[in-house]
Amino acid sequence: MSQPLLELRNVSMSFGGMRVNDDISFSIGKGERVALIGPNGAGKTTLVNVISGDLNPSQGAVHLAGVDVTALPISDRVDAGLIRTFQITRLFKSLTVAQNVALAVMQRKGLTRSMFSSPMDRPDVRREWERALGTLGIAHLADRQVSHLAYGQQRLLDLAIGLALEPKVLLLDEPAAGVPSEESSKIIEAIDRLPSDIAVLMIEHDMDLVFKFARRVLVLANGKLIFQGDPAEVTHHQEVRRAYLGSYADARHAS
Amino acid sequence: MTDRAMVDGVSPPRFSVPLELRAVAITLALGALGYTLFPDDLAFLTRLISITLLVLSLDLVTGYCGVATLGHAAIYGVSAYVVGNACLAGHSDPLLLLLVGAVAGAVMGLVSGVLVTRFKGLPQLVLSIAVGQLIAALANKLSSLTGGSDGLSGISPGRIFGVYAFDMYGRTGYVFSVAVLMVVFVVLLRIVHSPFGLLCQAIKDDSLRARMIGARVYPRLVLMYGVSGVVGGIGGALNAINTGVVGLDSIGFERSAEALVMLVLGGAGSLWGALIGSIVFQVFEHYVSAANPFHWMTMVGALLIAVVLFAPKGLVSLGGLLAGRTASVLRRRP
Repeated sequence: MSQPLLELRNVSMSFGGMRVNDDISFSIGKGERVALIGPNGAGKTTLVNVISGDLNPSQGAVHLAGVDVTALPISDRVDAGLIRTFQITRLFKSLTVAQNVALAVMQRKGLTRSMFSSPMDRPDVRREWERALGTLGIAHLADRQVSHLAYGQQRLLDLAIGLALEPKVLLLDEPAAGVPSEESSKIIEAIDRLPSDIAVLMIEHDMDLVFKFARRVLVLANGKLIFQGDPAEVTHHQEVRRAYLGSYADARHAS
Repeated sequence: MTDRAMVDGVSPPRFSVPLELRAVAITLALGALGYTLFPDDLAFLTRLISITLLVLSLDLVTGYCGVATLGHAAIYGVSAYVVGNACLAGHSDPLLLLLVGAVAGAVMGLVSGVLVTRFKGLPQLVLSIAVGQLIAALANKLSSLTGGSDGLSGISPGRIFGVYAFDMYGRTGYVFSVAVLMVVFVVLLRIVHSPFGLLCQAIKDDSLRARMIGARVYPRLVLMYGVSGVVGGIGGALNAINTGVVGLDSIGFERSAEALVMLVLGGAGSLWGALIGSIVFQVFEHYVSAANPFHWMTMVGALLIAVVLFAPKGLVSLGGLLAGRTASVLRRRP
């Protein structure tokens, strides 16, 4: 296999005496679709925070395309193509939908230093934010102020911003949580249509979505990585069943 | 364009006149109106314009970047003192003095920005007060440069373009000030709607999200502080040029606090809000303090409470509401 796009080496994260991530190692290669699952409080979001650079790990290293990025600030990781979305949407509420995405596009293109011009309407910038909005079916909301959007639409916009940044590694923190079903199908379609060469790590609780999306599953429980492997096997794994799946796995077996 | 107006916090009236042109027309109209209403009190109006620049400057960091500061007058005051000294040293060309003020303000803004935007919330606010107090204390002590509590006096700028002398009625000063305000306002409109300006607003909304799209938050905020410094510095320069004296009042905590009050009154996060707040507050103060020199602050307080209660986003939001109503009424007509 060629060099992995994202690699975690013995990453641990402690808050005070509490070890939230414990000696976690895994790697994700080009084009892989990996799901990260685990019960509430297993340390999934903390792990995403460590990978994206919001938190510095107590131990271990994060490598991006072979480069150690553990000490790099968030913005440098973003420049290198490591992009995340948020479990609870974080958007620029006083800006419009189009401006939210256009800002991401302009940031990527190094245009946000511009103080006097208005490159939002530049054809190449415009094309990109229109496409990102179109992909998620929210192009008609372009001029709407974000604070006026429904929650499901905000989730779509959060993902659109992620897409506009042209990720090489995309971290999706429960992209479909709290989204009405007709909109969640748009999210799933958009994830399906992501360029095949990028690596995607998705935290998700919805097991149907996990089985549909992932070629590989990582299971986190009590901060430890207790399983990684084929989605088909995850339900048979004793420790996983005990830690997490519980009745769901049993129900699948019964049916 | 619609989203431009949206950013300014006003619901968008759909005119096709470019924003900048509208700003030129409005500032000129306000200038003419001021001249008509207060022909014998142009000194008051030039002072008002100089303070308006301070409020605009504050809006850039507080309204557009979400930086809490109660030490912004340091920029204004330092610039005024530097300009005063430059003029006393024989550099009396008003345009040169404006430039000197802008540079002094920029330096002061960058220094404040480097210190203040490192922090957030209460520590930030306290630090901004500390910086302001420190500068004010220095101004008081360094009396060889500032004249101490007596102030710096005898500043007499030369002719503008070597032609227009500052007259005792303040006409030249007034026209000069209106022109400066107009230019600054138009440039600022441009800046707040630029990608840089949008990014600053994005940082205000959610700085972690801004980082997650790749933004370097700290350098952006420091830069905006620098821009704000230029504007505040021009305000301070106008003050020195027009009044001929610079006192400790132009640098103190009260000046900073008053500017913040004006900004909140008009509506932070909108240049129009800063403009309206500054004008309304000072005109109100002018009339009421003349009518009732003992209780005018009480009335200003009452006005503020009313605005915060009924238009928490400032007077500018009422303007937007009114424009929306008028537009819908006009649309209903056949």
